[in-house]
Amino acid sequence: MKFFWDGVPMEENTFPGNVACQGCGAALAMRLAMKALGTNTVVTIPACCWTIISGEFPYNSLNVPLWHTAFETTAIMAAGIKAGLTMKGHKDTLVMGWAGDGGTFDIGIQALSGAAERNEDILYVCYDNEAYMNTGIQRSSATPEGAWTTTTPVRHPEDKPKKNIEEILAAHRVPYVATANIAYPEDFVRKFKKARDIKGTRFIHIFAPCPPGWKMSSELSIKSARAAVESKVFPLYEIENGEKFTINYWPKGIPVRDYLKMQGRFRHLTDERIEEIQKFVEETWEKLVRKHELTHGTTENIPRGGEIFYK
Amino acid sequence: MGKKMVLTGNHSVSYGALLSRVEVISAYPITPQTQIVELLSEFVADKILNAIFVNVESEHSAMSACIGASAAGARAFTATSAQGLALMHEMLHWAAGARLPIVMANVNRAMAPPWSVWTDQNDSLAQRDTGWMQIYCESNQEVLDTVIQAYKVSEQVLLPTMLVLDAFVLSHTAEPVEVYDQELVDEYLPPYEAKYRLEPGKPQAFGSLADARTYFEFRYKMQKAMEKAVGLIEKEGELFGEMFGRKYGLVEEFMMDDADYILVTSGTITSTAKVVVRELQKEGEKVGLLKMRVLRPFPFETVRKALGDRKKVAVIDRNISFGHHGVFYQEIKSALYPLEKRPQVFGYIPGLGGRDVTPQDIRDMYFDMKKREKVEEIIWKGVKL
Repeated sequence: MKFFWDGVPMEENTFPGNVACQGCGAALAMRLAMKALGTNTVVTIPACCWTIISGEFPYNSLNVPLWHTAFETTAIMAAGIKAGLTMKGHKDTLVMGWAGDGGTFDIGIQALSGAAERNEDILYVCYDNEAYMNTGIQRSSATPEGAWTTTTPVRHPEDKPKKNIEEILAAHRVPYVATANIAYPEDFVRKFKKARDIKGTRFIHIFAPCPPGWKMSSELSIKSARAAVESKVFPLYEIENGEKFTINYWPKGIPVRDYLKMQGRFRHLTDERIEEIQKFVEETWEKLVRKHELTHGTTENIPRGGEIFYK
Repeated sequence: MGKKMVLTGNHSVSYGALLSRVEVISAYPITPQTQIVELLSEFVADKILNAIFVNVESEHSAMSACIGASAAGARAFTATSAQGLALMHEMLHWAAGARLPIVMANVNRAMAPPWSVWTDQNDSLAQRDTGWMQIYCESNQEVLDTVIQAYKVSEQVLLPTMLVLDAFVLSHTAEPVEVYDQELVDEYLPPYEAKYRLEPGKPQAFGSLADARTYFEFRYKMQKAMEKAVGLIEKEGELFGEMFGRKYGLVEEFMMDDADYILVTSGTITSTAKVVVRELQKEGEKVGLLKMRVLRPFPFETVRKALGDRKKVAVIDRNISFGHHGVFYQEIKSALYPLEKRPQVFGYIPGLGGRDVTPQDIRDMYFDMKKREKVEEIIWKGVKL
């Protein structure tokens, strides 16, 4: 029996005893990220669930220095820290900004765009639980179409598709953009290690299920994360230098319905609406496949079925 | 010692930052500040200054970058004005709350709307309660000198400093300024060794959630640091005088011996008023001038000692706290209140939005105060309706 996944270090750089909810995708995401990055890292976190998860004063659940910052400042705070560390002789220390979807897609996008355009030497990570969960489940521009939140009630659920944050970053021609998912730890850790060793602005978008916010029981975190990939709702891919698209895994293509039905936030959806979402997901996937093909000249090299990933 | 250069107020700031060996500069352009950081970016590009210059997409980010850099232990600098300062507001609290010795120059510019690029003090005074020290400068030499002193004090009390200069009257006006030898400045201002900083290998968290059991004490300590800064600003201002030949205090008392009537000023109105006070004394008037240099921390004892025994005080405010009075007026009045014997204090408001405040205006204000029997809290000077 294999206790640890291929390529995922034994080293733990997050401590037990943090105050995440049961089944928190964001907590597991940080655990995996810190395994990959190691301790020559400084982390900055804006207002988000991780403000709380990391521990109340005077605690720190990370085995690295942590700087709490204001909601909209993650990217520039990371860049400022990087500048300060560089002047103080810590040129090789990685600075990671770690923000939620609200802090990234909404309030922090100006600073993120600025940092990305200047290609600041930072790793920016968005752990996406698809709404403002820390304030109690309000919609963000990362909330998927059809979802219930406390500000998109079932009588008027979210009616806009999720913002395509990867392509927004890619349009800045940053060296590295990737999606990652807690249900695929090998791929997750590989991407963080890869990002760690690249210079310039690196952006990783993590799919991080939130049991309380998604109205599902906590043991469904990994299952729902896996279903998001397998249904093509959240494909695993990378964009290098703004133009080289690589899909890391060809999903099994389970019905989107199977993903949606796990979660109370989609319970109100009619069959018709689910069909529309299915269509949207497939169209989006097809476009992504075309971009992979444009880069690689083929789609044959996308690993299909099973546990193999294109590296 | 040093060399004389003809510098604008803006470039005096740049040279002050250069001599202070700032390590990270982050800024966003805004009139009338822009020249400060333009020159600094040239110093960095030409390797005259060993620093990283972070061009950002907003003032909010400029202050954030300074915070990050300072958190890592670097000496950080920025400059702004008016709307830019207002946009930074949230991060001004962050810088002070995180106890970071950042120094910023704010070129006093009136707030919009309507648009104005000319001087008044409402921008900086609106940030009065953020936990930043505030020093109002009168001349370009004072501007340069204050940048250096600001780091010296800030790094001891771990609070940021905003030095303030008037738009155009100082920012774009050239004066002879002594630019000191670097060695001497280095002697006065040693490199910043941050006691608490983000240090790889030390897994400390900064700024974590502090509930009602701990938050209170953070704020108490900030106030104590401010109180400590009062004495330090004086001490460092005196040491500066010994080393560089120009002594600075919390306030400046100008021709105040035996004066019954005092004009209280800040910024460049001070220089104009000094001319008037000199003339008036020649004419036999018992008038003097108190220049408010440091607004935060407020120099209570110094002000009480300077004003307590006078007959009348006219506070000249190039600002207005809407629904209240001029801000310096409020501050002076509240400082004097605990005294048993105190002067009558009159509040004058001239020059908003950069309208010129002439020697004649100051003369008028003086004689107006002298003849009044009853205290008037807002006396508008020069409103045309």
